[in-house]
Amino acid sequence: MSAATATSPLARVNPLAKFLVAAVIGLVLLFSLDWVSAAIALSLELILLPFVGLAPRALWRMLAPIVIAAPFAGISTVLYGRPGGDLLWQAGPWHITTDSVNLAIAITLRVLAIGLPGIILFATTDPTDLADALAQLWRLPSRFVIGALAAVRMVSLMADDWRMLSLARRARGIADGQGPLAAITRLFSQGFALLVLSVRRGSVLATAMEARAFGGETSRTWARTSVFGPRDFLFVVAGVLLAAVAVTTAVVTGEWNFIVS
Amino acid sequence: MPTSQSTAGAHVSARGWSWRYGSRSRPMFNLLDLDIDPGERVLLLGASGSGKSTLVAGLAGVLGEDEGHESGQLLIDGQPSRHSRGRVGLVLQDPENQVILHRVGDDVAFGCENLGVPQAEIWQRVRAALAAVGLNQPLDHSTAELSGGQKQRLALAGVLAMRPGLIILDEPTANLDPDGVREIRDAVEAVARESGATLLIVEHRVDIWWDLATRVIVLDSDGSILRDGAPASVLEGTRERLTEAGIWLPDPIASIPTSRPLAPILLSTQGGSSFLTLGPLLQGSALTVGRRIGGPAAATDLSINIDSAQVHAVVGPNGSGKSTLALTLAGLIPVISGSVQASTDLAGNARGRHPIDWRSRELMTRIGMVFQSPEHQFLTGSVREELMVGPRALDRRGSRFGRPTVSPHVAEDFRLRIDELLERLHLAHLAEAHPFTLSGGEKRRLSVATALATAPRVLILDEPTFGQDARTWAELVTLFAELRDEGHAIVTITHDEKLVAELADIRTTLPDPATNDLRTGETETRSAEATR
Repeated sequence: MSAATATSPLARVNPLAKFLVAAVIGLVLLFSLDWVSAAIALSLELILLPFVGLAPRALWRMLAPIVIAAPFAGISTVLYGRPGGDLLWQAGPWHITTDSVNLAIAITLRVLAIGLPGIILFATTDPTDLADALAQLWRLPSRFVIGALAAVRMVSLMADDWRMLSLARRARGIADGQGPLAAITRLFSQGFALLVLSVRRGSVLATAMEARAFGGETSRTWARTSVFGPRDFLFVVAGVLLAAVAVTTAVVTGEWNFIVS
Repeated sequence: MPTSQSTAGAHVSARGWSWRYGSRSRPMFNLLDLDIDPGERVLLLGASGSGKSTLVAGLAGVLGEDEGHESGQLLIDGQPSRHSRGRVGLVLQDPENQVILHRVGDDVAFGCENLGVPQAEIWQRVRAALAAVGLNQPLDHSTAELSGGQKQRLALAGVLAMRPGLIILDEPTANLDPDGVREIRDAVEAVARESGATLLIVEHRVDIWWDLATRVIVLDSDGSILRDGAPASVLEGTRERLTEAGIWLPDPIASIPTSRPLAPILLSTQGGSSFLTLGPLLQGSALTVGRRIGGPAAATDLSINIDSAQVHAVVGPNGSGKSTLALTLAGLIPVISGSVQASTDLAGNARGRHPIDWRSRELMTRIGMVFQSPEHQFLTGSVREELMVGPRALDRRGSRFGRPTVSPHVAEDFRLRIDELLERLHLAHLAEAHPFTLSGGEKRRLSVATALATAPRVLILDEPTFGQDARTWAELVTLFAELRDEGHAIVTITHDEKLVAELADIRTTLPDPATNDLRTGETETRSAEATR
């Protein structure tokens, strides 16, 4: 979590409450392929968006990938979706029909309506708080949770290692080969080197953790108590309400189509 | 600080302890017997490879049972060290790999959590520990934003919060700049005073700790105890022996002969006559350097000339862009602005005059780079193979494509040199060992050897003397001096004041980015007479 997201009121919501909200909205919207439920959910989310306390720039940086990707999902549906209804346009293998256009709109909206809360809620979650919640509230094994947490920190080191490995290979005279075969060979050998380095870094980290009594027989205490309070409960209720409004509207307007049926 | 910090110091003992790594035939220790009383502050010295790190890992109870064969016992207050978690705190040498959590407070609290300390007490301990090491950051400060010295103090605070009876520091200053070294030294002193814990410090640079230590133990290269006594008396009559074992002594070390008659020309292959040339081999003009194009600049507006037969030292605090400058000069990363240009003589038949445009094999025979972290540049499974990498790449280039970079007989020459290099850098007995299993000092020597194996005329070294004991330090410095006298241009990034004093003809100081000092790098040139 960066400084930009640490001040968001969402940062104070328990990670599990955020996880539940994202899961409820995502699951509900996956059950239907109509555009009404997705449009309602997305509209409500956009209304709430100004209240998450994130600067527009930070928001854009987080959401850009999905905002750019969603229309592509739509376009491919327009071109390749099952034809039906009136034919609007045809060229070679492509048919554009009213059904495929409807489906494309529904899919684009759906990707946004599921992705937006998912991204915002994840970005405002500190990995340490998430680990606390998983281990204390959901009773996941602390060794596993804390090991994973420590590993997250190593990912940024791996990016630096990869760069240094590339430079070192050039300095050592083995970065010349041209063509895809040479490139793939290099990629594999460098990937292996990264793996070796990461394992070594990991083992130093494991030693440092062991030296601080991690993995001992004593039962562990927690420096931070993960609390699921009334605020977190209300947050989950709000998320469920949002999903319920979207579904109810779709059902009432007759657009809801349960994909399982 | 109140008595809440204090714990009884632990009693440490070794009873006939031996350890042999699975892959080695020789044991590191043979029937070691040792007693350290509570509250003693022991400085543990020994040549590179004498097993200091193994011993401290054993005492800290983190020596994996599957890594080797153990006999005898290491005891902390009479308990086997493996079952003394929490009684022993260990600070390792690499600040980067021992930060565990994302926030300062959480990281310090980690050990207490594992020991089952009640929550309210944890935070009292965390605050006290941070105060003791002088790390005045908010508890939710990101650990990624700390400097090397701060990260080491964080590790020390994390150890201290566990209230251990024995605190072990394994080369805690090895990766730090001089400011970082002072920070950690002062923090350790404060901690020792307040906690009363037994202290065991492993370090090459003994002058940092000499005043703090109450006892000095010197290990011989076979792991037996060479000397054991008070700092004042431990050196009596054995100074010579200790120097021979490569131990840094508190007095200035004997001067290195930098202009003694040359040994048989070690590494020049490109013909003596063209070797000494007029004008710089490599010229950096109006350089702005950074790790990534479009990323932030690490250093701006630098001009630097790299001349043959000179050692150019680049110094400056951590974060001033020294390593980035080195990588740029070495033709590995592009400049943000300005240019790095090779003389026509250095460039020869390579593609153009900008090293960044050269092929990897062209670069290797012209500019050699020794990386700050040796592990990044190791490619093979043995020391000898490692040295063969460069010559092999040249061979391949020579046989498959036209216009060989060097002629085949020169490549054969390289092969012969490898044996010479192995001897020279004391790696011959390790020729078949895996590079990753070497000690820190040995890894560093191997990385220097790999760069030398293809006889580049320009040698760029990033912290080449870090982690060396006194003997290999002197050998490296002598080697660099000889290379310089043969006409090689040497650029060295370094925090090592002794190295600068012994070797540097020119010193460029990069400004501290933190002080907003907008002056550009200062360059001082010493007259050749003053240096040689």
